[in-house]
Amino acid sequence: MSSTNFFVMVGKKDSPIFQLDLVGTERRGGADSKQKDDHRHLNQFIVHAALDVVEEAMWTTQSMYLKIVDKFNEYYLSAFVTAGHIKFLLLHDTRNDDGIRNFFQEVHELYMRTLLNPFYEPNTPITSTVFQNKVKVLSKRYL
Amino acid sequence: MAKASNIRLADVKKINSELFTLTYGSLVAQLIKDYEDDDEVNKQLEKMGYNVGIRLIEDFLAKSGIGMCADFKETADVISKVGFKMFLGVIPTVSNWSADGKEFSLLFDDNPLTDFVEIPPGHQNLLYSNIICGVLRGALEMVQMRVECRFLRDVLRGDDATELRVKLVELLQDEAPPSDE
Repeated sequence: MSSTNFFVMVGKKDSPIFQLDLVGTERRGGADSKQKDDHRHLNQFIVHAALDVVEEAMWTTQSMYLKIVDKFNEYYLSAFVTAGHIKFLLLHDTRNDDGIRNFFQEVHELYMRTLLNPFYEPNTPITSTVFQNKVKVLSKRYL
Repeated sequence: MAKASNIRLADVKKINSELFTLTYGSLVAQLIKDYEDDDEVNKQLEKMGYNVGIRLIEDFLAKSGIGMCADFKETADVISKVGFKMFLGVIPTVSNWSADGKEFSLLFDDNPLTDFVEIPPGHQNLLYSNIICGVLRGALEMVQMRVECRFLRDVLRGDDATELRVKLVELLQDEAPPSDE
């Protein structure tokens, strides 16, 4: 049993900011890795389809963490919306509310630091490897 | 003397340091957009620093009440312990004196100008804090010393510490004010 996790950050005008594929346990075998590639396209589709649902849901609650907003087959999609309407979306197949909430909050802190960098334009993709590594570490810790 | 400078330091108005860092950051980002060439931006930062320095020295001497320094070594100590403390809230370490006592290095543990800053790839020659070099050059020129300042190492560029080298070029003689003709 592995836990797939697919993390995406989407900007205000639905522009992609960051994307990270995280797989919990290692899978072995050629057939399985082909399955992973197929899943990657599917993951993106599921996330994009859920964007509308997130838009609606974010107006209904005052908190930034929106819990699970959508379900597709066996995948759950959790969302977190920042004050600047940047959406963090996490596709996962195991329920883990507390861990996911903590993960989102830590990534939010990381995102705020990135915003404070004068050379970063908001709503543009984050290309820094430092950011990517930190998100990977956080995902191992909380997910 | 310490008591007097403490009282004067209390007159300094406080602003949020993040506001200051963000302001300086947008300044550098805008300069890069306008000039596009790292060396040109470095030059402009130094020039701006020079203009700040020639005015800042008056403020510094008024607030600190320090008289003339006996030699260059004392100047270096005053710059690091009083000057930087007063304006940036950090005390860099004075080190690496050259054999003739005319050059020294300032080592910065942290730099409030560079909080949260990451230089984007493609701008490896940018000296982000170059304004400090200009400030030192301008301020010391007003007290009759011509110096050259440059950054040897910078944490933002991947080095292990930030080191600023100050070199005394010459002591200026008092020049007669420009004549009216």
